[in-house]
Amino acid sequence: MSRSAIGYIALVAFGLIAPFFIYPVLVMKVLCFALFACAFNLLLGYTGLLSFGHAVFLGTAGYVTGHALKVWEVPTLVGLLAGTGAAAVMGWVIGSLAIRRQGIYFAMVTLALAQMVFFYFLQAPFTGGEDGLQGVPRGTLFGFDLADDMNLYYLVLAIFAASFWLIQRTIHSPFGQILKAIRENEPRAISLGYDVAKYKLLAFVLSAGLAGLAGATKTLVFKFATLSDAHWHTSGEVVLMTLLGGMGTVFGPLVGATVIVTLQNELADKVGSLVTVIMGAIFVICVLAFRRGIVGESLALYRRMIGQKP
Amino acid sequence: MSEIFGIPIQAFMGQLMLGLVNGSFYAMLSLGLAVIFGMLNIINFAHGALYMVGAFMAWLGLTYLDLGYWQALVLAPLCVGVFGVLIERTMLQWLYKLDHLYGLLLTFGLALVLEGLFINIFGVSGQPYSIPDEFSGAFNLGFMFLPKYRAWVIVSSLVVCFATWYVIEKTRLGAYLRAATENPKLTQAFGINVPLMVMLTYGFGAALAGFAGVLAAPAIQVSPLMGSNLIIVVFAVVVIGGMGSILGSILTGIGLGVIEGLTKVFYAEASSTVVFIIMAIVLMIRPAGLFGKEK
Repeated sequence: MSRSAIGYIALVAFGLIAPFFIYPVLVMKVLCFALFACAFNLLLGYTGLLSFGHAVFLGTAGYVTGHALKVWEVPTLVGLLAGTGAAAVMGWVIGSLAIRRQGIYFAMVTLALAQMVFFYFLQAPFTGGEDGLQGVPRGTLFGFDLADDMNLYYLVLAIFAASFWLIQRTIHSPFGQILKAIRENEPRAISLGYDVAKYKLLAFVLSAGLAGLAGATKTLVFKFATLSDAHWHTSGEVVLMTLLGGMGTVFGPLVGATVIVTLQNELADKVGSLVTVIMGAIFVICVLAFRRGIVGESLALYRRMIGQKP
Repeated sequence: MSEIFGIPIQAFMGQLMLGLVNGSFYAMLSLGLAVIFGMLNIINFAHGALYMVGAFMAWLGLTYLDLGYWQALVLAPLCVGVFGVLIERTMLQWLYKLDHLYGLLLTFGLALVLEGLFINIFGVSGQPYSIPDEFSGAFNLGFMFLPKYRAWVIVSSLVVCFATWYVIEKTRLGAYLRAATENPKLTQAFGINVPLMVMLTYGFGAALAGFAGVLAAPAIQVSPLMGSNLIIVVFAVVVIGGMGSILGSILTGIGLGVIEGLTKVFYAEASSTVVFIIMAIVLMIRPAGLFGKEK
């Protein structure tokens, strides 16, 4: 059995017993953000595209799922799918505009378009503006009442595990190899005959859809959707999670999300608004001294210890 | 009362002026971004934060040191510029060999730190900064009243923008700068101290943001969030204009400010998004930007 398979099984085992000694809502929050960061990593780590507006997919899916469950009273599964689908469509629109520019401009375009959607959400009647969309019912699934945190927990865990597996399959598929080729050398990939724009767009839509799934799940967990989910601060947070954990590594985003969410949870009461300062400082330190992230640096250290060249 | 397109001329000209004022800020900030990007290959996300710091320095100077508007207009940009030089020396200089993305990420972190610190000390609500006595009141142009301070913002920012353009395009110093942007290694081989120029360029860009901040202080309330709200619009301006041309970024900035102002007259709901919509259209028609070069 390969090492990553062992790691994967160990993680699932840990996930199954975690809610018995950690507050389940906190673990669910970590899982939602971990899924968000994994989706983001598919784009930044494996395709080399820095989207600085990914929060908009989290936010869109949150609102659509919330609205579908609360106002249209659809079954929970349909609500989740509606949110994910809406985010994927949004990803297709924003992605097809953004891939017209490369590198640093791509980041600015995604940020600006995300801000536009944010302003729309701020004014649109169905989002509840600054108050957000509150009192979203969780509903039931296969006869299980999701209002019970433990029932919901295993649904969230299943969603995360399935999506994580899907992302791994994507990365190791021929499609994923082409994405890596685009990351390493885009002109070369073009000269080899690949329709680079099509591959980038597909990666963007996939990433947006999975980020949307994270947002839809998050709405279910917290029973509300807020404007802050679509704010550029959240876009920055997901970049930080991926960077801190290690971009382009399989488990990096999971580690990064765990650290950041736990940190925010611990610090929020103690230091208040200084949390932003601490997040900013972590950003600066990561970029200056720690670019491979926790997982990347650990792997490099391990390889040095067993005498392999890095 | 005369009307334009069914809008009272008074309201129309008022919004046009306000658009010009906003456009002046867009022009100054996108100019700074373009100059910094040219030399450092870094998109300075902290630009909005530096603008905010400039405005706060003016307010702090007035409140605690009794420094007037004119002193602030000189001292605050100087301080922000020195701060910029410090940032360049301690952090940014280690990133030049890496992917551009790291510069964006680092300056994003800096922006969060600065914004968070100011929110922590001053709270999110705005601090009022009164208009200096010289500029209170308005000119009566016959068909409208033009507040003197707005006229001053437009004129002074235009002067600063075109002075920058003149220095970069028409002087010897500017020639060195353009040479170093084009080919830093060769320029250094000719005996020009390129690292020093890079450092001063970032300092100058920061000072420009600080200057814009002081200008903005009496026009809007001084708040820790004023920078981040603006910088994203300025990013869209930069995408629309393309960063290849100094004059291009000035013109794009002012033009978009005016369009935004006029949108407020005709369809107010879209005024916060119109710049982004224009960006999307430009991306569809001319992906390299209005003044950009296809690579």
